[in-house]
Amino acid sequence: MGMTITEKILARAGGVSKVSPGDVAVVDVETSCLLDLSFLPEGWRKVLKVADPSKVVIIFDHLVPAPTVQAAECMKTGRAFAKEFGIERLHDVGANQGISHAVIADKAYALPGTVLVNADSHTCSAGAFNCAARGVGGPDMLYAVTTGKAWFRVGETIRYDLTGALRPGVSAKDIFLTIAGKWGAHVNQNIEYGGSGIHGMSLNARRTLTTMGTELSAEFVIFEPDDTLIEYVQARNPKPFFPTMPDQDAVYKERRAVDLGTIEPLVALPDTVVNNSVGISEVAGRKIDQAFIGACCNGTLDDLAVAARVVQGRKVAAGTRFIVTPSTEAIHRAAIQAGYVQTLMDAGAIVTTATCGACVGGHMGVLGPDEVCITASTRNFKGRMGDPSARIYMASPATVAASALAGQIAGAGEFFQGDVS
Amino acid sequence: MRNGRVWKFGDNINTDLMLPGPYLYRSSEQQARAVFMNNRPGWVDQVQTGDAIVGGFNYGMGSSRPAARSIRNCGVGFLLAETINGLFFRNAVNYGLLACECPGVSGAFEEGDTAELDIEAWTARNPRTRQTLKVSQVPQQLLEMMLGGGVYPVLERDGLIAPRVGEP
Ligand code: SF4
Repeated sequence: MGMTITEKILARAGGVSKVSPGDVAVVDVETSCLLDLSFLPEGWRKVLKVADPSKVVIIFDHLVPAPTVQAAECMKTGRAFAKEFGIERLHDVGANQGISHAVIADKAYALPGTVLVNADSHTCSAGAFNCAARGVGGPDMLYAVTTGKAWFRVGETIRYDLTGALRPGVSAKDIFLTIAGKWGAHVNQNIEYGGSGIHGMSLNARRTLTTMGTELSAEFVIFEPDDTLIEYVQARNPKPFFPTMPDQDAVYKERRAVDLGTIEPLVALPDTVVNNSVGISEVAGRKIDQAFIGACCNGTLDDLAVAARVVQGRKVAAGTRFIVTPSTEAIHRAAIQAGYVQTLMDAGAIVTTATCGACVGGHMGVLGPDEVCITASTRNFKGRMGDPSARIYMASPATVAASALAGQIAGAGEFFQGDVS
Repeated sequence: MRNGRVWKFGDNINTDLMLPGPYLYRSSEQQARAVFMNNRPGWVDQVQTGDAIVGGFNYGMGSSRPAARSIRNCGVGFLLAETINGLFFRNAVNYGLLACECPGVSGAFEEGDTAELDIEAWTARNPRTRQTLKVSQVPQQLLEMMLGGGVYPVLERDGLIAPRVGEP
C-alpha cells in the first residue's frame, strides 16, 4: 500500500520506510520558527542548548512594533536568544518584518518534502510549499529547538482533487468557504490538494487555502508540488529540498472533487467557519462598522491588488472603518510601488504596518461591544478580534472591499464584470 | 482509577473560550481565573480539584495558546471528549493534562455525574448508569509525558533548558 504526501514526508524525516495512520512519528525538524509570543515569560525557559541554529527562524509578528512593555520585553528576550546561539534568520521590527507564515513564504524558508514547526496554529500555511508544516505549542517549540525533533500522531488523509479555474471575482477564500461549508471540520485528518486545477493557482492563492486549513482543525494541509513551486523555491533558498508526490496507490480516507468553475463567493457567519457559509445574497445589506483585509492568509500582494481594484476611484462609506494590513513589509513596499496603497488610501482605507494586529484582536483594529466586522482574516471566533459581543463575518478580500464601500455586506461581482477567467 | 465530578461542555469548545485573548499576556494564575469566562462565567469558582470535563467533538479547536495549561491549573483532573483537536492534544501532553478521546462520552454522562477513568483498562464508567465506554488509548510515550508533568521536566532532565522554580 502506498503513502500520501504527508505520510511520505513524515517517513522520510523520521528515517523509516513507512508510516501509517495511528502511528506516532518522531521526525527531524528542518525548520523551527519562534515568534515574539514564544518569549512570553510564562512559557519561555532559559535554553541551554540549540540543536542546530541554522534550522531556527525567529519572526516577531503578533505584536509589532511593540504596543506594550510586555511585547517589548518578549522581543528583547528573543534578540538576546538569537545572539547567544548565533541564529541568523531573525525578522525583527523593520524592513524584514512580517507575519511568520508570510515571511516563510516570501523567503521560501519552507522547503518541499521537509518538516516545519511554528508556534502559531496557522502553520499549515507552509503546506502550499509541499512542506509538512504544523502549528505546535510553546513547549513543542522548546523541544524542537533543543532536540531538533518533533512528534506527530499520524492521521488519515482527505484528498481534494481540484479541476477547472475560478471565475473572475472569485478567490481562494471562496474555495475555502465552500469546502468548510460543505465538509466542515477535519479533526485529526490531513488535507491534500492536487489535480489539474492547482496549476492555475498562484502560490499566494494556494497559501490562502492551506492557511485556512487550520480553521478546519486539520493536522497537515499540503499541496502537490509543481514547476511554479520548484522554481520559486530554487530562486530563494539554496538548501536542498524534496518535492513529494503521493504514491499512485496512496490510501485516503476519502477523495473529494471540487470544480473551481462552480465556486461562488460566500460569507461565513460569525463564530465559526465550520458548516457556516452562506451566499452573499443571504447576508447582503447587514450594516458593518469595520472591514478588515490582512492576516497571514489574505494580506498578500494579490489580495491588496484586488482590494485596490475594487475601491479604485470610489470612497469607503461614511461611518465604516476599512483597515488593510499587508502580511509583510516586503509586500507593503511592493504595494506602494504598484500604487495599491495610494489607491486604498485615496478611497479612505487605513493601510497599516505588517503585523497580526486586528486578526488576533491585538492592536490596530480591535472591535468594541456589539460592533460588526467583515474580515478577510483567518478566524471569526467569538471575541477573536476584541469584545465578545462583536460579530465577525468572514469573506474574500474582494467581498470585504466591496462591503467597505457599501457600509454593509455586499458582493463584489459588479467590479469584475467583463473579466475573463 | 480516577474519579471526577463531571462538567459537561458541547462541541467545538475553542481555545479562545479557555484562554481569552486579553489574558494571553497575563500570569498563568490570572489565566486560570479566566477559563470559560465568556461562555460560562463563574465556572472557575465552582470547579474543584480532580473534577472531570466531558466535551463533545473537536474539543480545543483553535490556536496554539496554552489553553491546556489553564485547564490543568483550574484543577481539572482529566478530560474526556468525543474527539480532541490535534493542537490542543499536543498541549495537553506537553503541559501534563490527562486528556483522552472517548467516543460516545457526551451522551453517556450528565453534568454532576461521576466519571471513573481507568487508563490501564482504557475505559470510562458512569456508576449512575453502570455504562462503561471504551477510551482511545494514548500511545505510551505520550502518556508518560502527560502523566509526568509534561515536556518541561523532560527537557530539564536532559540539560536542555534551565530548571525553574514553580510550575511551567
Ligand atoms: S495573522 Fe492571525 S492567524 Fe495569522 S499568524 Fe497572525 S494571529 Fe495567527
